[in-house]
Amino acid sequence: MTRGTWFALIAAFVAGQAGAQTSLSGSIAGELRYFPQSPAFAGQSDEPLQFSTSFEARISHDLENGNNRIVVSPFLRFGGDGRDHVDLREAFWLHQRDGWSLTVGIDKVFWGVTESRHLVNIINQDDALEDIDGEDKLGQPMVSLSFYGDFGALSVYVLPWFREREFLDFGDRLAGPLPIGPATYDSPDARSHVDYALRWSHSVGSVDVGLSYFNGTSREPRMIATGPTLVPHYDQISQAGLDLQLTTGDWLWKLEAIRRNGHGPGFWAATGGFEWTTPGFAGTGADLGLIAEYSHDGRDPTLAPATLYDDDLFLGARLALNDISDTNLLAGALLDRDTDARVFLIEGQRRLGDDWLLSLEGRFFDGATGSDPILAIQNDDFLSISLKRSF
Amino acid sequence: MKPFLPLLLASLLVVPVSVFAGSDGAARGLAIAQESERRDTGWRDSTVDVTMILQDRRGQTRERMLRLSMLEKPGNAGDKTLTIFDSPPDMAGTLFLSHAVVGNDDNLWLYLPSLKRVKRISSSNKTGAFFGSEFAYEDISAPEIGKFTYNYVGDKPCGRLTCFVVERFPTYRNSGYSKLVTWFDTAEYRPQRIDYVDRSGRALKVLTFSGYKRYAGRYWRPQTLTMQNNKTGRTTILRYGNYAFGRGLSDAYFSQGNLRNIQ
Repeated sequence: MTRGTWFALIAAFVAGQAGAQTSLSGSIAGELRYFPQSPAFAGQSDEPLQFSTSFEARISHDLENGNNRIVVSPFLRFGGDGRDHVDLREAFWLHQRDGWSLTVGIDKVFWGVTESRHLVNIINQDDALEDIDGEDKLGQPMVSLSFYGDFGALSVYVLPWFREREFLDFGDRLAGPLPIGPATYDSPDARSHVDYALRWSHSVGSVDVGLSYFNGTSREPRMIATGPTLVPHYDQISQAGLDLQLTTGDWLWKLEAIRRNGHGPGFWAATGGFEWTTPGFAGTGADLGLIAEYSHDGRDPTLAPATLYDDDLFLGARLALNDISDTNLLAGALLDRDTDARVFLIEGQRRLGDDWLLSLEGRFFDGATGSDPILAIQNDDFLSISLKRSF
Repeated sequence: MKPFLPLLLASLLVVPVSVFAGSDGAARGLAIAQESERRDTGWRDSTVDVTMILQDRRGQTRERMLRLSMLEKPGNAGDKTLTIFDSPPDMAGTLFLSHAVVGNDDNLWLYLPSLKRVKRISSSNKTGAFFGSEFAYEDISAPEIGKFTYNYVGDKPCGRLTCFVVERFPTYRNSGYSKLVTWFDTAEYRPQRIDYVDRSGRALKVLTFSGYKRYAGRYWRPQTLTMQNNKTGRTTILRYGNYAFGRGLSDAYFSQGNLRNIQ
């Protein structure tokens, strides 16, 4: 059969079902990254401009008015020095009834409340090729069952396959000084170790609370220097997490805390702070928000994956113009209280017409010495501009 | 099935408001608001498609498509509303969930589909714009009786109808308004117009309701809402279509845990 016949058959099948509905959405984007500084290490590309394009789609097919749903969301990026990759963000079957749902397949899950660090959010691996902020995630194979009602929401996750973090190639900007070797694991099952997780969340009046537990392969690798390479090693860990938000007046008070075992001695880590928003700022229709969050992390950096957030303060400001183009801007700084290490970030967006979105993003690193994790990327400040067309 | 018989009986029992109203404006204002709500009680749940047209002072317009689901809660429990954004395309799948609370701030959550993140947001930013429109969060919040005190001003002509003009004074904190002058038509107690007066006493915005149609034999719903902002010169128009009632939506549907399954 030709491809055309297949499509015709599938279309006929889809159209023939009662309560069935298919939707397609997605986007295509071009991004230009500019690295103003020369690279720090020999062998790194000194081309200041990188251009890449990305494509994202979401195909969703509902049966029985959404009681059963199949979703497939491919993502791909090409061009842009080592950032080429393909991922399935979603590829799942969802069965939902009043008060419960079952998901089987690849999906994304987000837990947490704070802005500068996502400490309790542990289900999905970072898509480290997309950005260094840990907000882009790889799809995670899972079976998850959720119940929601007067008691809040309760979810159980079985995670049968592990996604390794992908690294930029040696010589790429933001890749660091050493090539990355093949990963090693604590568990003899390596990538096929079955992880599990539980989460309960609830909202009572002005308080939103979440409790979570994870047992399995750490999404964060420990980078072990082995000869001329760095080898990512994935330990078996368990992690209990708490996220809490108090919403009162113009203030959002936020706390995330974890207790983790398996990365050296058990340790605590927490991020907490506030977001304060003043609507109609300076007599305009704009909203100005100020964010302050402090992070402490008790891990032993020689036995656990390195972290930027050992004793750090994040200060940020968010401006939303509330104009017809939804213009918004976020600027912030992560300041290490022990060293002079600083990361500055800027993110802005503005819609052009209905279908185009213009984004600006900048990351600037400064002051790192000794064992600061940002030392390896200190010369890789970048500013990127992207234009995305959604459909 | 909708209980049509009880509804019919209830509508026969409508008594002129003047019977309830006391001599002072506060009692009469409250009675008018209560009668307006009483006539709109019993729909249980409802869905509607909305086209939101944003128009700036130069006349430039943008259109957004939304779907609204509402769950009626009896008495002081506070209605629940879910807004699904279908366009602009980069916002498709964004959800806004609101649980109205009488005597306190409403509980609001935003769902961001790109991160699959549920974010509780502050409703004290009531004066903040609802997704770039001229509607503030407090304007789209369910107008529960207990959220205001009232003063009946008098009857005035409104188009071809006559309206009760009732001042509503917000009792919740951080409102952007000193009062909302609300016009209910004397025929069916439908809101026809709201004049929003800011805290310094200036007329800030005017909302007009038009194209009322009756659904399920009882519930009057407008086809168009127009919000004009005198201060910014901008206008937001909401066009409603495909009203549906009594679809059997549950509390679980309007819970934060369900947000990731809605599209």
